[in-house]
Amino acid sequence: MGKDFIKRFSYGLVVSLIFSLVSKAQGGEIEMADQMRANGKIYVVLITVLIVLVGLFLFLVFLERKISKLEK
Amino acid sequence: MPPLKWWKWITIPLMVYVVYMGLMGKVPRLPILNETVRNLYFHVPMWFGMIFLFGASVWFSIQYLRTGNIEHDVKAASYVDIGIVFGILGLLTGMLWAKFTWGEYWSNDPKQNASAIGMMIYFGYLLLRGSLSSDRDKARISSVYSIFAFAILIPLIYVLPRFTDSLHPGNGGNPGFNPYDQARYMRPVFYPAVLGWTLTGFWIGDLIIRYKLIVKNRIENG
Repeated sequence: MGKDFIKRFSYGLVVSLIFSLVSKAQGGEIEMADQMRANGKIYVVLITVLIVLVGLFLFLVFLERKISKLEK
Repeated sequence: MPPLKWWKWITIPLMVYVVYMGLMGKVPRLPILNETVRNLYFHVPMWFGMIFLFGASVWFSIQYLRTGNIEHDVKAASYVDIGIVFGILGLLTGMLWAKFTWGEYWSNDPKQNASAIGMMIYFGYLLLRGSLSSDRDKARISSVYSIFAFAILIPLIYVLPRFTDSLHPGNGGNPGFNPYDQARYMRPVFYPAVLGWTLTGFWIGDLIIRYKLIVKNRIENG
């Protein structure tokens, strides 16, 4: 009975391993930056880029102001 | 706050939306590309922006040749200035993307080479303008050059690479916009990205034009 259990157990283990490998190959295996999203650090990047972007546009508005003044 | 033209007001929220969706939006899980597929929102619009800016230069070159109004020439030249900046950024971002997907910064891909040649042609525009001292000669000759340069650029970038094998999507038997075709949900970000970056280019171009016109007026009026 003991041997039978081990046989069945190892058989089940191998089958489930193959299944999980196959399913990984089909879907989830492609690496993305999931970790960054899971721990929320992507927001640091997002806010950094947004600060740069808004800063650049503020600078454009500043230039706009100077140039409009010169035009008068 | 200075009064901004309506399309400048649109540009700012559009770009914030593009950056937010560009980093956080849903993208397909694809081999090789992985997370870099998001570059579609930041690299590709550089080229679209460049084409629109060079196109604007052609438009104002024709206007100059028709009317002889030097203001049109200032506009034509300024849009080439900012268009070249977009082109250089397109080349640099493309090289970075290529390194991590195709394996090399420069793999002599036909579209890479053609884009580089296209940039050279537009550097020629700057050289030509710099080498002429008379404003009228500068305007007349560079207007004609701008029209011909654009007429060469379009087949160089959009037609010729499609006849040979290219690593770029849409070329050499690679279906256009594949692998983005399956991911239609990228389009509501991609099209605003093209529009937003193009408007940003025209905004900077507008500032260059107005600055150049101020300088011109000052010189003429002493």
